[in-house]
Amino acid sequence: MSKEPVAVVGIGQTKHVAARRDVSIAGLVREAAQRALDDAELTWADIDAVVIGKAPDFFEGVMMPELYLADALGAVGKPMLRVHTAGSVGGSTALVAANLVAARVHGTVLTLAFEKQSESNAMWGLSLPIPFTQPLLAGAGGFFAPHVRAYMRRTGAPDTVGSLVAYKDRRNALKNPYAHLHEHDITLEKVQASPMLWDPIRYSETCPSSDGACAMVLTDRAGAARAPRPAAWMHGGAMRSEPTLFAGKDCVSPQAGKDCAADVYRQAGIADPRRDIDAVEMYVPFSWYEPMWLENLGFAEEGEGWKLTESGVTELDGDLPVNMSGGVLSTNPIGASGMIRFAEAALQVRGQAGEHQVEGARRVLGHAYGGGSQFFSMWLVGSEPPAS
Amino acid sequence: MQGAAAMREIAVIAFAQTDHRRTTDELSEVEMLMPVLHGVLEQTGLKTADIDFTCSGSSDYLAGRAFSFTLALDGVGAWPPISESHVEMDGAWALYEAWTKLLTGDADTALVYSYGKSSPGSVRDVLTRQLDPYYVAPLWPDSVALAALQAQALIDAGDTDEPALAAVAARSRTDASANSHAQVRGSVPQGDYVVRPLRTGDCPPVGDGAAAVILAAGDRARELCERPAWIRGIDHRIEAHGLGVRELTDSPSTRLAAEKAGAFERPVDTAELHAPFTAQEVVLRKALRLGDDVRVNPSGGALAANPVMAAGLIRIGEAAARIHRGESDRALAHATSGPCLQQNLVAVLEGDPR
Repeated sequence: MSKEPVAVVGIGQTKHVAARRDVSIAGLVREAAQRALDDAELTWADIDAVVIGKAPDFFEGVMMPELYLADALGAVGKPMLRVHTAGSVGGSTALVAANLVAARVHGTVLTLAFEKQSESNAMWGLSLPIPFTQPLLAGAGGFFAPHVRAYMRRTGAPDTVGSLVAYKDRRNALKNPYAHLHEHDITLEKVQASPMLWDPIRYSETCPSSDGACAMVLTDRAGAARAPRPAAWMHGGAMRSEPTLFAGKDCVSPQAGKDCAADVYRQAGIADPRRDIDAVEMYVPFSWYEPMWLENLGFAEEGEGWKLTESGVTELDGDLPVNMSGGVLSTNPIGASGMIRFAEAALQVRGQAGEHQVEGARRVLGHAYGGGSQFFSMWLVGSEPPAS
Repeated sequence: MQGAAAMREIAVIAFAQTDHRRTTDELSEVEMLMPVLHGVLEQTGLKTADIDFTCSGSSDYLAGRAFSFTLALDGVGAWPPISESHVEMDGAWALYEAWTKLLTGDADTALVYSYGKSSPGSVRDVLTRQLDPYYVAPLWPDSVALAALQAQALIDAGDTDEPALAAVAARSRTDASANSHAQVRGSVPQGDYVVRPLRTGDCPPVGDGAAAVILAAGDRARELCERPAWIRGIDHRIEAHGLGVRELTDSPSTRLAAEKAGAFERPVDTAELHAPFTAQEVVLRKALRLGDDVRVNPSGGALAANPVMAAGLIRIGEAAARIHRGESDRALAHATSGPCLQQNLVAVLEGDPR
């Protein structure tokens, strides 16, 4: 069964901020979509279908907002799909859109993900009480902190590693004009002196709440040939899910994450991810997830991920840069966060990442996860078309 | 759709649904879903581990909480980890996503399910939250009131009248007598006005329910099902959200989706239409050019059972089941989403020649 190769030819995102009071939800998504079209030098008429994703509808208080957004995204008269897979949704949305091209159902597809967190309260949206169900009133940080603690105990990682990640990502964000947090006076000492929120996670080791949207134009081989700028080619993409809570779950390194990465590497012909992949945009909402995911994704042996971080391998000028854009730690419009990872990976292999460009990045991984480390979506993009 | 001739053959090979009921207080969503998941697996002899891709449709706003679909995954049994996705839409669109996944060749089988419990809240109020959040939703126009606008527009245009609408309701509920899963069956009085010109009988029952189907490609479908319901075409289209910029007496998105799905290439013998309100059947029949010789909603349709988020998938399942049973050779299935038929999906299903 031959699949159509999928190319990213347009990328657009908004300047992410705490509150975009100057635009409606429709205005926000329109801005990112228009920028993606401009990048591809296409018009709304060139788009065959729209695939949109976001995290729970309760975050803005709009049920199935794709209905309301059809006009703003030029979808009238076109197919429009709405994906929702928790925090991994931005990645999953891109993969659903890519499948439309790969299956040759459509030639050119606009995919977009957004969150306008300022229109509601995400903590409230996550904490609606359910009869007979333990509420996660502590929010996401409260859920993930024990798993970070388990990682530290299991690997013997020194408790300074988390602050190194946060310090790196916030410095990387200074090079990304779209990043939400631009902390010009950031120092490692400031990160380490920030208040403890959910031990061992400090305030400066957590993601902000952002308003923002990210869009991509995906197209087939013919579309890529017409594109004005270099395309990023999809070499592999996969989703994996496992239950949130069950006795056999490894919350530190979920099997679904390992399986998802293995599937992507198989598709892309990656034998040794540490050697064959040039950079990674991974979903790190709390700083300790960088070393944890380095192991889960096969970049380090079990128990060794923190050593890569500590030795500077994941710095922007390191051997395996991680979160060149500043990552989720610097920008978190939840539903869009996964797509931003995928889009930043594509920007890198297109050589369009500006000040945070990794020289010679040819193969870059985009990664997203969601739920209680339950849902995973990833893609690997390259500067050259796939071989087959 | 590009290169339709070269497309992989994909069929609906199994379908199961719950008995749809006004309330299911004693059941969680997972408990409601489990029997239908087991139902489709048993029909095919497949186990969860044999399924290559899983996709579901549901809505957090019905469940009243965020990420409500995550626990439904427990019912599927996602261990070892599975390849899985979810749309915040009716399950018919989950089926569409699964269909594209099978087309790429990355999967040979797919499990699709959806569910909705309307009983915990007021679904009329809940659906108002689908509307433009700045200009329309604050006015709380409910789903029946909006459907009534559409019905009145049709009456004013001379496309129907109240007795004709009552006849649609009566036919649906008579047909539902033979459907043990239906919520409202047999002779039901048309009742009083809910919102003029719509009476109780013109509106769908409010209820809870779930459905599941299994898709399979090519020879895998032939192995697992005696008479697969081949998806010859499937397409969906959306219209503008604002009712003021739409012609409510027509459904151009349905017509376009049907055209892209190949519905007009040859006549169909059966049509399962997702028309929660009687007047919407009038709109859809016209858009789909259905003659009087087409058997419309033999299951009783959404007027007999309308579990929100599953009712569209059930239309595909009912159409496929008629092909499985040899009662249809070429059937059309339709699903809708949004106020007054804003978004519409059309699938064309065929059995092998007999």
